[in-house]
Amino acid sequence: MGLTLRSVGRGAAADEKSGPRADLSVALAGNPNVGKSTVFNALTGLRQHTGNWSGKTVVTARGYYDYNGRTVAVTDIPGAYSMRAGSAEEEAARDYIAFGGADLTVVVCDAGALERNLNLALQILELTPNVILAVNLMDEAKKRGISVDTGGLSRALGVPVIPMAARRGRGVEELRAAIDGFEPRPFAYTVRYGESLEHAAAGLELTLENVLDGRLGARYAALRLLENDPKTLESVNSHLGFDLAAHPRVSPALDRARAELADAGVRDVPGLLISGLYSAAASVRARCVTGGSGYGEGQLKLDRFLTRRSTGIPVMLLLLALIFFITVKGANAPSDWLYALFERIGALLSRGLSALGLPGPVHDALIFGVWRVLSYVVSVMLPPMAIFFPMFTLLEDLGYLPRVAFNLDSGFRKAGACGKQCLTMAMGFGCNAAGVVGCRIIDSKRERLIAVLTNSLVPCNGRFPILIALITMFLVTGSGLGSSLLASLALTAFILLGVGMTLLISRILSRTVLKGQASSPTLELPPFRRPKIGEVVVRSLFDRTLFVLGRAAAVAAPAGLLIWLAANLRVGDTTALAAVTGALDPVGRFLGLDGVILTAFILGLPANETVIPIIIMAYAASGSFQGYENLDSLRALLTQNGWTAVTAVCTAVFTVLHWPCTTTLLTVKKETGSLKWTALAALIPTLAGAILCALIARIF
Amino acid sequence: MASNLAGLGVSSGAIVGDITAFGELRRRLMDLGFTPGAAVRCLFAAPSGDPRAYMIRDSVIALRGSDASLVTLAG
Ligand SMILES: Nc1nc2c(ncn2[C@@H]2O[C@H](COP(=O)(O)OP(=O)(O)OP(=O)(O)O)[C@@H](O)[C@H]2O)c(=O)[nH]1
Ligand SMILES: [Mg+2]
Repeated sequence: MGLTLRSVGRGAAADEKSGPRADLSVALAGNPNVGKSTVFNALTGLRQHTGNWSGKTVVTARGYYDYNGRTVAVTDIPGAYSMRAGSAEEEAARDYIAFGGADLTVVVCDAGALERNLNLALQILELTPNVILAVNLMDEAKKRGISVDTGGLSRALGVPVIPMAARRGRGVEELRAAIDGFEPRPFAYTVRYGESLEHAAAGLELTLENVLDGRLGARYAALRLLENDPKTLESVNSHLGFDLAAHPRVSPALDRARAELADAGVRDVPGLLISGLYSAAASVRARCVTGGSGYGEGQLKLDRFLTRRSTGIPVMLLLLALIFFITVKGANAPSDWLYALFERIGALLSRGLSALGLPGPVHDALIFGVWRVLSYVVSVMLPPMAIFFPMFTLLEDLGYLPRVAFNLDSGFRKAGACGKQCLTMAMGFGCNAAGVVGCRIIDSKRERLIAVLTNSLVPCNGRFPILIALITMFLVTGSGLGSSLLASLALTAFILLGVGMTLLISRILSRTVLKGQASSPTLELPPFRRPKIGEVVVRSLFDRTLFVLGRAAAVAAPAGLLIWLAANLRVGDTTALAAVTGALDPVGRFLGLDGVILTAFILGLPANETVIPIIIMAYAASGSFQGYENLDSLRALLTQNGWTAVTAVCTAVFTVLHWPCTTTLLTVKKETGSLKWTALAALIPTLAGAILCALIARIF
Repeated sequence: MASNLAGLGVSSGAIVGDITAFGELRRRLMDLGFTPGAAVRCLFAAPSGDPRAYMIRDSVIALRGSDASLVTLAG
C-alpha cells in the first residue's frame, strides 16, 4: 500500500530456487486489478502491495503456505488481458503460466466483469486443464446487483470455481482446500471457433499430437501456428527447443491447413480467435450471471464530477493542496516533539560516552555526527511521510489515480508521451526507484523511456520533507492556520514545477533523442472502491516508519559519521569538507546556492535525506553554532551563513531538479540496460535545475 | 448515427462493427472486448474532451479520439 520499492514486489520477490522446497506450485493469473495480490496476501500472509488501479504489481512475487502437511508455493504475477502477450511483462506472465511449470493455475476473476475475465480464463484453459477459477470481488458485484452462479460456472467450464471476497478473507479457506484437493477433470470447456477454422485445425492437430508427444497441448499448438503471432511462437519454440513450424512433419501439414483456410475465405485468424473467445465467454456469462449491467449511477456521478471540464482539474489541485496542508500542519508538532526527544536522549548518550572515558573527538563524532543526523532525519522526515502517505494511499485505494491519468492524458499526448506516466509519477512520490520500475506499465518502449528519464522530477520521500523545511523556515514563517495554508500552496507550487518540467522535458525528448508519434494507450478506469481506512492508516504508518528508520540507520548514520570527520578533521589549516566546499563555492553561487549546499547535494547522492544535515554540519563546524532545539535555531544558523529567501527558493528548486539518488540510477540502469540512458537520467534534471536556479539567482 | 466510436456522444451507446486498427492496437482493443457485435457506451470525457471513457464488457476503458476512430459502429 505504501509506495516504496517494496510496493512493486521486490521485497517479496524471491528467486525460484531460493526459499523452501514446495510440494505444489500455484500461479495466480488474471486480468489487472482483480485482486490477485489480495488473494496472494490472504493465502500466504505476506504483504504484497495492492492498489485500486491496473498495473500495481509489475514484478512477480513468490510466497508460501502450509496446508494439510504440504508446502504450497504461490506466485503473484502481473495482470494481463490476454495470453497473446503485448508488453514484456504480459509476455513473462504468459510464459510462466504456459511453460513455467506451475502445477496449478488459479485464475482470479472479477465477478462484476466476468465476460472479459472469462476471455483470459478460456485462453488459459486451452493451455492446461489444471485450472481453478477464483471469482473474486463477489461483495462488490452483489452491491451492484450482480449474482454469479458459481456452481453453474463450474459445470460449464469443467473446473472448480470458488467464490471469493478476498479483501474480507472470504473464500480463502475454500480456495486452499480446492488447491489441496485438486484433480483435473476429464472434461474442460473447449472454445469452438467456427467450422472452417476447426476443420483446418483438426488436421494439423493430428500431426502435432505425434510430434509433440505430450510436451504441449496439440490443440493449443495448432491454434498458435495458425494464429502466427511471432512472439508467442518464439516462446513456444524456445520451450520445445526447436522451430515447430519448420519441423519436417509439421511444415507440410501447416501449409495444407493454411491453404484450406484461404480457400474458405478466412483471412484474419487472430480476429476470428478473439471473437470466438468472446462469444464463448458471453454465452457462459449469460448462463451463469444474472442482473446488473452498466455503470452505477453514483459511480458515474462521481466520475463526471472528477473529470468534467469545470471541476476535473480544480478538484485535483485542491485535493493535492489539501493533502499538503494536512501534512504541513500535522507534521509540525510531532516534529518538534521528536526533535526534543532525540536531543534529550542525545544528552544522556553524551554523558554516557563521557563517563566511559572516550576521547573527545570520538565522542563528538558519535554525538554531533551520527546522532544529530539520525535525529534530524527521523524528526524532520518521519512525521510528514507518516501523514502524507496514508492520505495518498486512501486516494489510491479509492481509485483516484487512474482518473488523474485520464484528466492529464491530453497534456501528455501533446508532449508525445503517455497519460499512464501520471501513475508512475505518483509512485515516484514514494520512491523514484519504485517509480522507474513501475514504468513497465507503459506499453510503448519510447514512452516508457520518457517516463523513466523524467521520473525523478517528482520529489520522492527523501526530498519532499526538505521542501517543507525550506518553505517553513524561509518562505512562510509562523505556525498559524494561515501560514500552514500558504506553506501548503507553496509546496503545491514546487510539485507543479516538477510536473510542468516533466511535460516540458517529455516534449523535448519526443522531438529529439526519443522521436516518435504518441502511441495508443488504453487505460482502464476501475470502479471506485471504499478504502479500508483503518488498515490503510495503520499499514502505511507502519511501512513509512520502518522505511524511514531503516534508511536512517543504513545510510544516514554512517554518512553522518563520515561527513562529521570530513568537516572536523584538519588537514593542514583546513578540513577536507571546507576544501571541497571552497572549491565548489563559485559554481554554487552562480546557481544561487553556495559551495556548502552544492556539496551537500553531491554528498547526498546515496540518500537525499542527508542533504540538510550535511549543510548544518558544514556550517556548524566553521562557526560557533550551539543549539539545535528547533527550526528557529536552524534558520538562525542558515541566515548567519548568508541564506536569504532566494537561497531557499534556489535550494528548493534544486531539490526538485537534480540528479537522482544512486538507488534510482542503478534501477534506471537495470531497467534500460544502457549507460547512455542512465547518464541522461542524471543529466536532464540537473541541467534543468541548473538553468532554472541560475535564472532565479540572476533575476532576484 | 456516428460511424465510428470517436463520434459517439457522451451517454450514448452503440454496437461495435469492425476494428480497422492494425497490429498491436488492434490486438489490444480486441483483447479488451472491442469485438464485432459488442455493446459499447460512452460514459464521460476528460476535461479537454479527449480521451473518453467507454463502457465495454462491464469495464471502463479510456481511449484517445484517434484510436477510438478506428473502431467502426454497426448499423
Ligand atoms: N471490495 C473488494 N475489493 C477488493 C477485493 N479484492 C481486492 N479488492 C481491492 O481491489 C483492488 C485491486 O486489488 P489488487 O490485489 O491490487 O489487484 P491485482 O489483481 O493484484 O492488481 P494488479 O497487480 O494491478 O494486476 C484493491 O484496491 C483491493 O483492495 C474484494 O474481494 N472485495
Ligand atoms: Mg497485484
